[in-house]
Amino acid sequence: MAEKRIDEPTGTETVGHEWDGIEELDTPMPRWWVYTFYATIVWAIGFVIAYPAIPGLKQASEGMLGWSSRGQLAEEMSAADRARLSVREALAVMPIERLPADPGLMAQAVAGGAAAFKVNCVQCHGSGAAGSQTLGYANLNDDDWLWGGDLQSIEYTITNGVRQADHPGSRTGAMPSFAGAFSGKQLDDLASYVLSLSGKGEANASGAQIFSENCALCHGPTGEGSRALGAPRLNDAIWLRGGTREDIIAQVTNPKLGAMPAWGERLDAVTIKMLAAYVHSLGGGEDTPTPVAPAAAEPAAPDPDTPTPAE
Amino acid sequence: MHAEAALGRSLAGFGLIVLALVVAAFAKDAGFAAHAVIVGIVGLAIAISGATRFDPVGAARKALNMPELASRYDDDPVRWGVIATMFWGIAGLAAGLFIALQLAFPVLNFEPYLNFGRLRPLHTSAVIFAFGGNALIATSFYVVQRTCRARLALPGVARFVFWGYQLFIVLAATGYLLGVTQSREYAEPEWYVDLWLTIVWVAYAAVFIGTILKRSEPHIYVANWFYLAFIITIAMLHIVNNLAMPVSLLGAKSYSAFAGVQDALTQWWYGHNAVGFFLTAGFLAMMYYFVPKQAERPVYSYRLSIIHFWSLIFLYIWAGPHHLHYTALPDWAQTLGMVFSIILWMPSWGGMINGLMTLNGAWDKIRTDPIIRMMVMALAFYGMSTFEGPMLSIKAVNSLSHYTDWTIGHVHSGALGWNGLITFACVYYLVPRLWKRERMYSLRLINTHFWLATIGIVFYAASMWVAGVMQGLMWREYSPDGYLVWSFADTVDAMFPMFVARAFGGLLYISGAIVMTYNVWMTIAGKLRDEKPMTDAAYDPEADRPITTTTAVPAE
Repeated sequence: MAEKRIDEPTGTETVGHEWDGIEELDTPMPRWWVYTFYATIVWAIGFVIAYPAIPGLKQASEGMLGWSSRGQLAEEMSAADRARLSVREALAVMPIERLPADPGLMAQAVAGGAAAFKVNCVQCHGSGAAGSQTLGYANLNDDDWLWGGDLQSIEYTITNGVRQADHPGSRTGAMPSFAGAFSGKQLDDLASYVLSLSGKGEANASGAQIFSENCALCHGPTGEGSRALGAPRLNDAIWLRGGTREDIIAQVTNPKLGAMPAWGERLDAVTIKMLAAYVHSLGGGEDTPTPVAPAAAEPAAPDPDTPTPAE
Repeated sequence: MHAEAALGRSLAGFGLIVLALVVAAFAKDAGFAAHAVIVGIVGLAIAISGATRFDPVGAARKALNMPELASRYDDDPVRWGVIATMFWGIAGLAAGLFIALQLAFPVLNFEPYLNFGRLRPLHTSAVIFAFGGNALIATSFYVVQRTCRARLALPGVARFVFWGYQLFIVLAATGYLLGVTQSREYAEPEWYVDLWLTIVWVAYAAVFIGTILKRSEPHIYVANWFYLAFIITIAMLHIVNNLAMPVSLLGAKSYSAFAGVQDALTQWWYGHNAVGFFLTAGFLAMMYYFVPKQAERPVYSYRLSIIHFWSLIFLYIWAGPHHLHYTALPDWAQTLGMVFSIILWMPSWGGMINGLMTLNGAWDKIRTDPIIRMMVMALAFYGMSTFEGPMLSIKAVNSLSHYTDWTIGHVHSGALGWNGLITFACVYYLVPRLWKRERMYSLRLINTHFWLATIGIVFYAASMWVAGVMQGLMWREYSPDGYLVWSFADTVDAMFPMFVARAFGGLLYISGAIVMTYNVWMTIAGKLRDEKPMTDAAYDPEADRPITTTTAVPAE
């Protein structure tokens, strides 16, 4: 143990301990350190009084400010909801097929749909809505529609989903497996014929015969597809699961069928309208097929006091 | 070796092999069977070393040029610890660099064994527990002997601690790759690996406390307070957080004793104090011995060391809930977690002040001694991250930063800057002394390492700060219409350049560690690099005077 001594470079006395040559100076604690430490403690006492902090047997102290994280969330959410309220109310009473007649509301619906798409749809359809041929998620930017591309059809598809066994209104359609039904040569001919429908392969009699006997029922005699059955159109350049010869043969022998949740079970009707408007706006949206009969009552000016089903 | 001891050893090894084979045969899952096989291999090594003249540890000691046990202190476990620290350091950094590249280039995910989900815990455990843990155990054995002026108590147990800890690391790491995990952050190993670590840790505590008890110094040095706090608290945290019920005694899977938000709070009570007592208290212990030794200066303030030790120890344990802001955790617990984190600011800085101000009277060594330079940079990063931590615990800040890469930047400015650099500095101090060399092979290579590491950290931390703040702002951005603007994938896309910059920073950092490995290797080999000394700042007495000219000098 060393004696206390004055350390020369600092002029400070040592404490008088020594371990393996290490001594300690008796420097007082830096004042700024001590006072900042005290200040944080004083601040903490004030904060604990102001905010919920002290646990009790049944419940914790609520704090003088009455703040709670749930309260803050509810406040922020209702502020956001209020900002969108007029648009939501107008959309709630607007039949979707009339939406194009109100370009301002349509633009609002598309903006809201774009936001909802980012939260709910990008996981499969991609943030650019281009889908995935590898995984069989439909591209929503083109004008090739499996189940219809007008606003009403899109709204129906989103609401009821695709191939949801436990949802009665769900879009449904099946492609049987032709594994083992054809020889390799026949499959090759069929693939060539299917490719020829979009001007890519050699049309041939054998393939044409197989097609008309097995495929035309759903996909149509010229491969125009069927929206009632969700049978993809085969005579264009757009492919759901790839347009190579191998892709076509794979889909004939081991067909993969896509599915989509029935979003009506999770999202409110206004959000679904917005999503439909957004998807419709991506480039391939079609006009409503039958002209809408003039409505008896004018629904364009909604009464802001009327509670809407979406709220 | 005596004949009876050799016989006992081969019998024990043989018993272990039989047990391992039986367990492997009846194991409920492949991971558990694989771990039984690893234990069997350990048994085989023990049996062979007993039954034959072949002594693998002795042979390795020779290959690594370890001096015989003639010195006053028992430094063999320390030498092994230094080697293990370097080995696991490189492994952990390589894993980190690889997963950083995986985030930038997802094609590098090789399913299933080498995907991000399995490699990420491998990286964190390798750097915290394998690299950091070995550094802590090795330096604690070194420091406690010298500051107590006593040889290590229970030398056999000390060796068991070292090898047992390595087995823990191997079981944990292989488990992650095989998918054996209990999914608790920083506590991923399953129940049987946890039990093994508990045994090793109790043995470690026995060696350390035993040495303190047989000390010939009247007082216990401050470094040993910090080591004690680290050892005892980690034991408590490890046991409570890992309370779990295995599904089968022959299977890897277990279920936590806690559920829901209680489970989350227990986990973050553990997780935050792994930072507090493993990465802060333990490394402050290293700082308190090696900085004054390297600077050859007294510790700045004895009083500060007492106050900041006790306040740090008391306050850290309450700060965990700040990891669960805006979750199902009740508001009162969130408030307390934040409040204790803020009060913790000054106690944390007490260590930085005591470390930096110890250089009082030796500041010139920052210019001349690359090891001191590394220690100073470590303390600077310690100060930065212990300011950033309380700041991030403020709920308003946390609502922006939480779940973003800002957290990753914060962690790495602490881990790379503080834990990494202080460990490197300590190893540079230790290697010449442990292998009885005059100095490290090259001081200039230490300087190279310092700059590679420092620039690497700057790239890493800065890119993650930018990425995190950007990500947080994008997540909360509303359009004038009142809708969210960005999807999650948009934020990932925007962060790509930062991910690349981060990986580049990691590359620089591991390059520095490789330079260090070479330097350590050459030192152990007994070589000295012929190089210009570091203290070569030129002094020209002729130039050392004011300029005298006849022209008018502009007014100051």
